[in-house]
Amino acid sequence: MRYLPNSERDRAAMLEAIGRRSAEELFAQIPETLRLQGKLNIPGPLSEQEILEFFRQASRESAREYDSFLGAGAYAHFRPAAMDALISRGEFFTAYTPYQPEIAQGTLQAMFEFQTLIAQLTGMDVSNASLYDGSSATVEAVFMALRVTKREKVLLARSLHPEYREVLATYAGQLSVERVEINYAPSGQLDIEKLESHLDNRTAAVVVQSPNFFGALERTRELAELAGRHGALLIVVVTEPLSLALVNSPREADIVAGEAQSFGVPVSFGGPYLGFLACKEKFVRQMPGRLVGATVDREGRRGFVLTLATREQHIRREKATSNICTNQSLCALAATIYLCLFGKNGLRALAEQNFAKADYAARWLTSVPGVSAPFSAPRFNEFTVKVPGDAGALLAALEGAKILGGVELARFYPELENHLLIAVTETASRATLDRMVEVYRRFAGAAAEGAMRELESQAALRNR
Amino acid sequence: MYPQELLYTKEHEWIRVDEEIGTIGITDHAQKELGDVVFVELPRAGDHVAVNEPLGTVESVKAVSDVFSPVTGEIKDVNAKLQDHPELLNNDPHGEGWMVQVRLADRRETEKLMTADEYETYVREAQKH
Amino acid sequence: MENRNHTARPHVTENEGLIFERSGPGKSGVDFASLDVPAVSARERLGAEFYREDLEGFPEVSELEVIRHFTRLSTWNYGVDTGIYPLGSCTMKYNPRINEVAARLEGLATDHPYAPEPLVQGCLRVLYETALALAEITGMDAVSLQPAAGAQGELTGILMIRAFLAERGNARRYVLIPDSAHGTNPASVTTSGYSVRNLKSNERGTVDLGDLDVGMTEEVAALMLTNPNTLGIFETQIREICDLVHARGGLVYMDGANMNALVGVAQPGTFGVDVMHLNLHKTFTTPHGGGGPGSGPVAVKDFLAPYLPSPVIERTAEGTYRIDRTRPKSIGRVRAFYGNFGMAVRALAYIMANGPEGLRQTTLDAVLNANYVVRRLADIYDLPYDQPCMHECVLSDRRQAARGVRTGDIAKRLIDYGFHPYTTSFPLIVPGAMMIEPTESASKQELDEFIEALRAVAREVEEDPDFVLNAPHTTRILRLDEATAARKPVLRWKP
Repeated sequence: MRYLPNSERDRAAMLEAIGRRSAEELFAQIPETLRLQGKLNIPGPLSEQEILEFFRQASRESAREYDSFLGAGAYAHFRPAAMDALISRGEFFTAYTPYQPEIAQGTLQAMFEFQTLIAQLTGMDVSNASLYDGSSATVEAVFMALRVTKREKVLLARSLHPEYREVLATYAGQLSVERVEINYAPSGQLDIEKLESHLDNRTAAVVVQSPNFFGALERTRELAELAGRHGALLIVVVTEPLSLALVNSPREADIVAGEAQSFGVPVSFGGPYLGFLACKEKFVRQMPGRLVGATVDREGRRGFVLTLATREQHIRREKATSNICTNQSLCALAATIYLCLFGKNGLRALAEQNFAKADYAARWLTSVPGVSAPFSAPRFNEFTVKVPGDAGALLAALEGAKILGGVELARFYPELENHLLIAVTETASRATLDRMVEVYRRFAGAAAEGAMRELESQAALRNR
Repeated sequence: MYPQELLYTKEHEWIRVDEEIGTIGITDHAQKELGDVVFVELPRAGDHVAVNEPLGTVESVKAVSDVFSPVTGEIKDVNAKLQDHPELLNNDPHGEGWMVQVRLADRRETEKLMTADEYETYVREAQKH
Repeated sequence: MENRNHTARPHVTENEGLIFERSGPGKSGVDFASLDVPAVSARERLGAEFYREDLEGFPEVSELEVIRHFTRLSTWNYGVDTGIYPLGSCTMKYNPRINEVAARLEGLATDHPYAPEPLVQGCLRVLYETALALAEITGMDAVSLQPAAGAQGELTGILMIRAFLAERGNARRYVLIPDSAHGTNPASVTTSGYSVRNLKSNERGTVDLGDLDVGMTEEVAALMLTNPNTLGIFETQIREICDLVHARGGLVYMDGANMNALVGVAQPGTFGVDVMHLNLHKTFTTPHGGGGPGSGPVAVKDFLAPYLPSPVIERTAEGTYRIDRTRPKSIGRVRAFYGNFGMAVRALAYIMANGPEGLRQTTLDAVLNANYVVRRLADIYDLPYDQPCMHECVLSDRRQAARGVRTGDIAKRLIDYGFHPYTTSFPLIVPGAMMIEPTESASKQELDEFIEALRAVAREVEEDPDFVLNAPHTTRILRLDEATAARKPVLRWKP
């Protein structure tokens, strides 16, 4: 086996040194009846070439030939070549949690830079060194608000990612947490009147996503003011953090949490991704997850360590702020490299391209007769359209043109029948956008024709 | 080495009783066991504490310890200096590093506590194991 | 001890500052294709309420500077690629490079979780095949790959136990956890709404059937057991333990973090375990990456399968794959989408590379390595539980502590010898624990060097304890002031 460094001779020498005849003897503690008789029924052994052939075949059974406008919490962005070169360095990718800071300064300093970048983007004072993904970051933010306020009610925007709400339901299900969902207004933003009617002195937090699941930007300043008036925290969830390069940071919020997959982490069928959680300084001791802090060594040189570890599970055990142990260090490193490569101007330029392309797409799509933009709120790179006729049939027609046209919102919001959620990033070319518009035109034309025929046949029926 | 005017618990807290007010902290032995104290969590004035119930926590770099109240009563005052200077618990545990003052509900509760000599013997015995 | 290494610092890689300190106005590491659609004014469209004027404090650096910056940082790290990394309970084994190539293939790395099922059959197949292989390896019936890490797997498993018991009328109140358990166990139990009851280990370091008999009341929902436990000792009475728990109406959760001791040799499914999790980043070679991403699949017996997190990937009679979202008894989702898919690709590549014989040999080597280390060190370091060990062993600093040198100090000195230290001060039931897990990724030659280093440190403790107390002496930075870091946290750079 190519991964094993010991030869048969090494094994024999070691067995002899410890006075054993065979390696099997070392398993004597496992009762005979509980030991596996025979072999595991699994594939292999395979050579590298054979392994690659298997996965190449799997990769062919994919949507890789398609132009995709799927977003909804997972966004396709271009990844600069320098990223894989750097994250593939074994010193980064084969290290563990930096428990021995003297030989882990690389990871620690990179995480300190990550924390700084996320704090700068979100307008928060501090950020942790990452969490599993956007859904668990949302759950952790909610639990944090419950600890800070010692209250038990949470108001959730219905326009928060549906799967994030599902995860929160699983986590909160066994604890005494009251969850109230607040609907969206015709603008696509949170219904502020509804929110006000539910806010009270039992409310721990208001949780809102911006841009929200429909792509609409939320009025976080106003929401923070409202929540604050009742002593509740405002949690802003962000699933497309590139928006923060162009859109005001939700600096009025108490906690900003979400998903940073956009920053150079592959879409990879849903994971691994990169959860983050940032907050105001005063809540730092209630934060979940790892934190890296700056300090000095015995000779006064700057260095970095894991700090405030007493919040964590391995010390507090059942009283910990969270059961989280691993974070997403390598993904956080990828995001750090990505953000450094783009930098101050590059990230804005990238965000402007996303904004312009989404604007172009939205304008042309809604110019097609019968296609409308149901929500009026400002957006970043994702938006909702209502299409004439069966959205499923339209998606199928787009598939025929090698386009994945978006996510059907009715899957999560039954009242939004024939609504599509469309994400347009810098990866979309004008030619593809034009091709998409063309399919819409044909579809709308056919829908109009179909509607006409329907009217005619009804008229014919009446005339009979 | 342990001040004679204080009373001590098996959990390594001390209390100084002055009429109906008790001042509470952790002992020199406790701070040594913990190492560098980095954070102290205290109750608020007006909170109620019960005997043998946690009244706060003391954190070192890699450990958290509950501090148990030796008495029942109402928190009269807390040592606000500890928020910014948790090291006071290391530098002067029986003095500047005091944690809270409690208005005692029942002075008789302190009768079961150890004197300085008894506590010193207790710590010495415990270290043998 | 005078240290000349640090008086002169000639090498530029040692002096790399923060990326923010390299920033210069107007520099950038990317160029763009010209915009092929009309430009729009975001300032106008978004208005003052939404438009952001500036990314305050963001760095401005060229591509080359980014490459150099992170390359220099990387040289300050120690990884499995650098040398043996015997961090107990973490299974720091070699991460095969082919795994990375497979996970980066276009299609697998680019498919979207909401793409139509017929177009993502390759990804679904990988998930399905991985789950199938893990079910076989554990001897369990069904597997969910949704949990993002071991701790989330624990929570998932306990929630399933809760759902199962609740449906039978009484979810019960407590979960029993031995004092040798991983720290995540109690935290996970609390998150799932149960309270923890601790179970003391006996003098052999294992669960005592008598104590379990007393503790396993009608109020106890489950026993959460790590096997082999954190002392590296197999619970020989595991079958009896499971039977007792079952007889009282409870279920058994096994923390499978230590599966590297069992793969191909024994299947927890035959022990009587009802639900367990695996750590793909430990046993199945997905990279630790400086602390993640992980992946914590949960494996269950048939009767718990209806409670698995939703959705579940299924294979149809036609041989295609589908996502089953109609799971009425499911505990719900624990993570968005389908879990850390990229980790499944790597784990499956590892399983395929080994096959049944390779996985078994891997386990034999991991256990042989641990036993070799403990036998060659037990004469100079205290061995508190002198039992045959599995894939890891726990020594203690008892003898060295008499000279004022503790496990953490010995670990720091080991760094000077070029090795990553073992796990210090864990498990908590061994004062001054030195927890060593060599894994199979250490040759005899390297183990001998490691053993010699530990023996040399023991001699130094006798001759010059202060020298050890001040270690490391050869690293870029010396021991850091962790107390100040925690008292006055500085968690970000500021201009």
